[in-house]
Amino acid sequence: MKRRDFLKGCLMCSAAAAVGTGSKAQAAGSFEGYPDAMGVLVDLTRCVGCRSCEAACNKEQRLPEPDVPFDDTSVFEEKRRPTERAYTVVNKYETGQGEPVYRKIQCNHCNEPACLTSCFVNAYTKTKEGAVIYNPKICVGCRNCMIACPFNVPGYSYSSAFNPVVKKCIFCHDTRLKNGRPPACVEACPQEVLTFGKRADLIKLGHERIRETPTRYYDKIYGEKEVGGTGWLYLSSVPFDKVGFDTTLQNEPIISNVKDFLGMVPMVLAIWPALFTGVHLLSTKNKDGHDDHDDSHNGTGGH
Amino acid sequence: MKQYLKAKGNSVEHVDALHRNSDGRKWTFMEKLLLGLTPKEYLQQALKNPFNWILAVIFAIGIPIMIGRFIFGLSWVTHSSCDYPWGLFLGFGLFAMVPLSSSGFQLGTACEVFGRHDLEPIERLALLNGLLGYFFAVMFLLFDLGQPWRLPYPMIVAFGPAAVLFLVAWHVATYLSVQIAEVSQGFFEWMGWPAGKKAVRKITLGLTVSGIILSTLHQGALGALFTYAPGKVHPLWYSASFQWLHFFVSSIPGGLCMVIVVSTIAAKTMSWRFDDRFKTNLDKLTISLAKGATMGLATYLTIKLIGVAHDNKWEYIATGWGAWYVAEIMFGVIAPLAIFTYSIKNGKVGLIRFGAWLTVLGVVLNRLNTAMITFNWRLPEREIPHWREAIIAITLYSVYIVTYRFILYRLPIFYKFKTVEVPVEATAGVRETVSLIEENDLPDAACAKESISLSGRRLSGIETAN
Repeated sequence: MKRRDFLKGCLMCSAAAAVGTGSKAQAAGSFEGYPDAMGVLVDLTRCVGCRSCEAACNKEQRLPEPDVPFDDTSVFEEKRRPTERAYTVVNKYETGQGEPVYRKIQCNHCNEPACLTSCFVNAYTKTKEGAVIYNPKICVGCRNCMIACPFNVPGYSYSSAFNPVVKKCIFCHDTRLKNGRPPACVEACPQEVLTFGKRADLIKLGHERIRETPTRYYDKIYGEKEVGGTGWLYLSSVPFDKVGFDTTLQNEPIISNVKDFLGMVPMVLAIWPALFTGVHLLSTKNKDGHDDHDDSHNGTGGH
Repeated sequence: MKQYLKAKGNSVEHVDALHRNSDGRKWTFMEKLLLGLTPKEYLQQALKNPFNWILAVIFAIGIPIMIGRFIFGLSWVTHSSCDYPWGLFLGFGLFAMVPLSSSGFQLGTACEVFGRHDLEPIERLALLNGLLGYFFAVMFLLFDLGQPWRLPYPMIVAFGPAAVLFLVAWHVATYLSVQIAEVSQGFFEWMGWPAGKKAVRKITLGLTVSGIILSTLHQGALGALFTYAPGKVHPLWYSASFQWLHFFVSSIPGGLCMVIVVSTIAAKTMSWRFDDRFKTNLDKLTISLAKGATMGLATYLTIKLIGVAHDNKWEYIATGWGAWYVAEIMFGVIAPLAIFTYSIKNGKVGLIRFGAWLTVLGVVLNRLNTAMITFNWRLPEREIPHWREAIIAITLYSVYIVTYRFILYRLPIFYKFKTVEVPVEATAGVRETVSLIEENDLPDAACAKESISLSGRRLSGIETAN
């Protein structure tokens, strides 16, 4: 019996070791984000839906005048998404537990952005400050980034015939973040819903808030792990799927889905030529060593 | 043309050689373009064809809208949706046309690499089908891109080598050149430029092998594109591990069946262009292609089910989307599979052609499902393409059909071009032998035409002997 237990133990140890190294090897391939990257912690429990952030964004980014003024709350009747005319929008969710919950949507500035990795001209850059910025001068307009973005953020200026480009939140990179200043929406928020800081610190802050008042918060920071981690992080009083977040997202970055295929490419490039030329030699050389090609298309035979 | 020939009887001489049969004069380029008719006769036959009138209506409506797309922008022809950035132009034009164009690399491989010379009568149709399918997929892409004039950017201005689309762009561009080279053989024959054909013939094996590489990779890459959107493509149409294999494997029956479909349409509408070799072999070739397609379909069905089993997605089958998935598989995979199995065994070619139609529609439906119909399945609203978008897609597809027909009417695709190129480029030694043979065997050449064709035949014999 003892011997059997010992063997069992050995097997389990080696299996655990194999699993352990396996997951480590996988993790080694992914990028955890720049150490000093900035982020914003969004505390949904504090948001009252005043839309000041929308107005501030509109002004800072010189976006067109909205159809409905920013103090009009009728926009909450619909669920909106960021577009070419609004880089951030606030939606209202009735959760059935007293007060409605408001949720601000903008680019989440992923650590390993799907838009960036899907772009075939490298129009996107993840800056060391944490912003995901975009170069409209080289964008071809394939809109693969819009397909790839797991948060449905990028908008496209379809209405422009000669210079349509992707329009999305850039963390106020050019005008503010580059100089160490928080984005316009953060500065405008009267409720301190938005906290600007280093992403690493914000994660600590978020967990602290949950620990201090566990009754107020659902025990999770959205964006800490989703698709490899995002620069913008969220705290909520209700489960995140109740307020429109996609809670089925994977924790690995989107690019990890594509790595299998991309890894196969150089193998095909290297192996196929020899394989098929070899097959050709094997299958077409007859015993006399002549190619029995009937040259059917040179027109001298037949007819 | 068919109607016209029916009315005219057999008095019309087809262009099937560099020289006219009746008086041995060289066909002029203009005559070749007009199918050996006078301009007036050509116009007459064009007007007699009812299909041309349908096309005229489509172009009258569609071409102004096509021009409008470039003047007023994408918002004029699409719903400008940010949730559905890819509409009909890519969902149909790129994702459905590319798999149906895999025929070029398959028949190229069968004939040139595996030495299946019995398939050669249909090889050129398969190559042309591949070339045109890819070319028009790129045309659809040009309509879809926000700034189509920047299409060469991934090649020269900025590189995103980690992106699947980067791979697609490079491979489609390279593969288009490969296919142009492959199809150019027929063009050189038709133009009477034997040197060009000879040059291409020399690199055929290289071209074919690069065709296999590029096809494997970018047919798969189109599938891998969707692995960027794991939450948006419905789980039944999505497989993180096998998406590229699903797309690649389904392109195999798709491409083969597209060749069967095109040859079926051609047999109904332009059999005057077939030579005896093509006519007598067509049924046999159709069965051969269907055999390939059957294996492709069986493999595809298996890996589709493995895809569902691998991620344990059986529960989705019981939903509404699941019923739609089952319908797609039944109609586009299992039904043609059963039809092919039965009709190949019993030699029922008509039924095979029906199965080929089903397969082609099944592949198109699969791509539309993945890219459009089930895309964003968790969003409450489905987007139905704008009517202008649909009209542009129909018009562009009609341009594809017209181009396809234009080439089939003229280039030696369905017939062998009877070139007498050999005496011209034969070496002095060979030419002497030929004249000797002619002097010995044919002291009094009955008519010039016969002697030319005969000398050609002799020469080919000499060449093989040497």
